[in-house]
Amino acid sequence: MDWISPRKLKKLGMLNMNRRNVGYIGRYNERSSFPLVDNKLKTKLAVSEYGVKTPKLLQVVRQQHEISHFREMSEDLDGFAIKPAKGSGGKGITVITGRDEDNFVKASGARISVAMLERHLTNILAGLYSLAGTPDVAIVESLVQSSPALAKYSFQGVPDIRIIIFQGYPVMAMLRLATKASDGKANLHQGAVGVGLNISTGQSLNAVQFNRPITLHPDTGLALQNINIEAWEDMLEMASRCYEATGLGYMGVDLVVDAHEGPLLLELNARPGLAIQMANGEGLLPRLTNIEALKRPHFSPRERVQYAMEAFGKH
Amino acid sequence: MTVRSRAPFYVFVFLLIAAGISIATWRHIELGVPWMTGEQRPVWMIEARVDFEGQDEAAQVSLHIPQQPPGFNILTEQAASPGYGFTIMETSASRRAEWTKREVSGPQTLYFKAQFVPEDASPDSARTRKPRPIPTFWEEPQATAVNELLREATERSSSPESLTRELIRLLQPDSRTQNTTLLVSDDNYLQLLERMLNHAGIPARTADALRLEDARRRQQLLPFVQIHNGDRWLTFDPRTAEQGVPENLLLWRQGSESLLDVVGGGNSQVSFSMLRQTVPALQLATLEANQNGLGVLGFYQLPIEEQSMFRMLLLLPLGALIVAFMRIIIGVRTSGTFMPVLIAVAFVQTTLVPGLVAFLSVVAIGLVLRGYLSSLNLLLVSRISALIILVIFITAGLSIVGYQMGFNTGMTVTFFPMVIIAWTIERMSILWEEEGAREVLVQGSGSLFVAICAYLVMSTSLAGHLTFNFPELHLVVLGLILLMGQYTGYKLSELRRFTPMKVYD
Repeated sequence: MDWISPRKLKKLGMLNMNRRNVGYIGRYNERSSFPLVDNKLKTKLAVSEYGVKTPKLLQVVRQQHEISHFREMSEDLDGFAIKPAKGSGGKGITVITGRDEDNFVKASGARISVAMLERHLTNILAGLYSLAGTPDVAIVESLVQSSPALAKYSFQGVPDIRIIIFQGYPVMAMLRLATKASDGKANLHQGAVGVGLNISTGQSLNAVQFNRPITLHPDTGLALQNINIEAWEDMLEMASRCYEATGLGYMGVDLVVDAHEGPLLLELNARPGLAIQMANGEGLLPRLTNIEALKRPHFSPRERVQYAMEAFGKH
Repeated sequence: MTVRSRAPFYVFVFLLIAAGISIATWRHIELGVPWMTGEQRPVWMIEARVDFEGQDEAAQVSLHIPQQPPGFNILTEQAASPGYGFTIMETSASRRAEWTKREVSGPQTLYFKAQFVPEDASPDSARTRKPRPIPTFWEEPQATAVNELLREATERSSSPESLTRELIRLLQPDSRTQNTTLLVSDDNYLQLLERMLNHAGIPARTADALRLEDARRRQQLLPFVQIHNGDRWLTFDPRTAEQGVPENLLLWRQGSESLLDVVGGGNSQVSFSMLRQTVPALQLATLEANQNGLGVLGFYQLPIEEQSMFRMLLLLPLGALIVAFMRIIIGVRTSGTFMPVLIAVAFVQTTLVPGLVAFLSVVAIGLVLRGYLSSLNLLLVSRISALIILVIFITAGLSIVGYQMGFNTGMTVTFFPMVIIAWTIERMSILWEEEGAREVLVQGSGSLFVAICAYLVMSTSLAGHLTFNFPELHLVVLGLILLMGQYTGYKLSELRRFTPMKVYD
C-alpha cells in the first residue's frame, strides 16, 4: 500500500472531500440554487439569459403518455442525446449517433430499438437516475458534433472541458476524454482520462486515468502533452458568466466544443469532484484562498477571467 | 451562508460533553449506578426470629424494627409467618412489625427479614431537639451513693460525653468502690446507668444493637446507652465506655421503649441470624432509585417492555457515531448512509454469523430476482414494491427451510428491516448495471464492514450497560458527532487516493 502523508498534501494545497463540503459547497452554495443546477432543463433556461449557449432542445418528455410523441419526433432525426433532467455524473445519458434501418445506433456502435429507448425514457421518468429517486423528466437534445481537433483524442464520446468556477473566477480546468473503460463517458471515476489545462493558455499539463499519471491516451494512443484548446479565453468567460446565472459560489462548469456552434454548456455541477487536482498536478486550496483574500472582487466576467489567467497561469 | 465565529460552537459542544459526563458522574456517585457491568456490592441479610408459646387465644406480636439505622440503608423487608396477618406500623417514634392471629396454640415461630446496605455517609445520627432528662427519685442510702459517684465523675470530666465515659468507668467491676457495689447488681446495670445520667441532667436512653458477622445464627442484641449532647444522640458502649457506632454495628432499636411485645403468648424471645450477601450494584441502584424518587431521571420505572425497547433504541446513537467516524474520518464508502446501522441492529438480535449468512443470502437471492424484474420494464415504485414482497418471500422461505433443517437461527432473518433490504437490493442492482460488479463489491463490503464494526461496539455488554443506565452519555456522543461535522482534514482513504500527487511535491 502506498500512502502520502497529510503534511505533504497540505503543502501541495490539496482540497479534500470534508473541506470541500464544509468550507466551500456549504459556505458558498445557497441551498436554494441547487435545483437550478441539479435540473438540466432549468439550467438551460437560466443560463440562456446570460448568453451561454447550450445544445438545442428537441423535446421534453414529462409524462408517460408523452413517450409516444418521442417516436414521431425521432423519425427524421439522425443524432440526438436523451438525458434525465436531474441525472448526475452522466447517469442515464444515451447518445444516438445515427440510424440503422429501424434501429438507432448508439455512440458505442451498439444497435438499439425504439422500444428499448422508450423503456429508457420510462425509467428516466420514474426517477431511476435522479439524485433522490424522485420523478424526473427526460430531455432530448440535438447531438453535439465535437470539433475534430479535440474529438480525435477521445475514444467515442465527446470530450468535454470541466472548469471550476469559484465566486465567478475560473480557478482550475481540465479536459476529459472518454475511453473504452469509461464506456464513452467523460467521467473520471468511470475511467475517463483527465487532462489538466493551463488556465492562462488552454494548453494541456498532465494527464491521469484512474488517478494514475499517463502520457498517452490508452485507446487512441495519441500523446496528451500538446493539446491546445482554441478560443480559450471565450470559454473561460462563458463559464464565468454561469456564476451570474446561478449565484453558485463554487461549481463545476462542463463545456463542449461543437464543430459548428462553438463552445456549448453541457451541464453545471454544484458538487464538482476533486480529481481535477490530480489532472493538474496541483492543489486547489492556494487558488481558492487567493480569491477569498481579494479585497475588491471584479464585477465583469471578462475582468475576472483576465485576473485568473494572470494569477493562476503556469508559464 | 455567512462565516460565523467557531467559538460559540466549540463552547456549546464542550458544554454538551461536560454536561453528559457530569450528570453521569453524579448518577454514579449519588445513585450508585456502577460504571461497569457485573459490579457487586455487599448487603447484610438479617433475619429476626421470634419464638413464643401460644396460649389458645388471639395473639398479637409486635417487634421493633429499625427505622433508619445510622450507617445503613434498608433495601428490602419481608415477613414470613404462615397464617398471620402482618403489617408494619409506623409512628413518629418507632417502627414496629405486627403479627396478628385469631387463635394461637403451641410453639410459634415468626420471621422478619430485611436487607441492609452499608452506606458510606457518616454514621452520625440525625440532629434532633434536645429532650428533657427524665426526673429520677432515689431512696437512701442509694441517693447518697449516686450523688457521691456523680460528683466524682463530674470532677473528672468537662462535658456530657466525658461525664458519661467517666461514669461508665467508675461503675466497672474492677474500679468498684463501696458506693458502686451498693448500687450495681448483675441485672440492673444498664437501667442504673440510664437513671444516673438522667439524674445528672443528661438525657439518656438505652438502645439495642447487632454486631454484624457473616453467617452467624442465634445472635442476641447487645445493649448500648445513648445520651443526647444537645445536637444529636451519641452512642456509648456501656462496658468499655467507647463512643460511637462502629461499621459492623447495626442499631436495631433506638428511641423506643420495648423490643418485643407479645400479647396472648408467653415465653417469648427474639434472636437474629445474619448473612453477608453480594448483589449486583446495578440492581441495588435500581431499587434505591425507585425508593428515593431520583429514579424519575432513568428508565427503571418504565414498564419492562418499554425498557427493552429503549435498550435497543439507545444503542442507535453509537451506531450513528461509528458511521459518522467511518465515513468522515476513515472514508469508507457505504451504500446508503445509515443502512449499516440498521443492519447492525439486526445483527444484535441475530448474532453475527447467522445474521451475516442470512443477510448475504437474502441480498444475493434478491439480486437474482431483481435481474428478472428489470427485464419486465416496470415503473420504479412498483418495482420496489414488488421487491419488498419478494424480500418477504425470501425471508419467509429461508426461515422455513432453516427451521426444517434444524437451524433455529433461520428464524432470525425476520429481524432485518425489509424495506431497507429491498432498497439495498435495488441500489446494488443499479450500481451493478452502471458501474460494474467491482463498485458493488466495494460499496457492499464497505457497508458490511461498517455494519460489523457498529455491531461489535453495540453488542458489547458495556455499551448496552452505559447507554441504558447513563442515557446522558448520549450528549457526549452528540457532541462528538457535531465535532466530526466540523472536521475538514483529510480522510484516511484520501491519503491513499491522492498518493500519485507525490510526484508533484
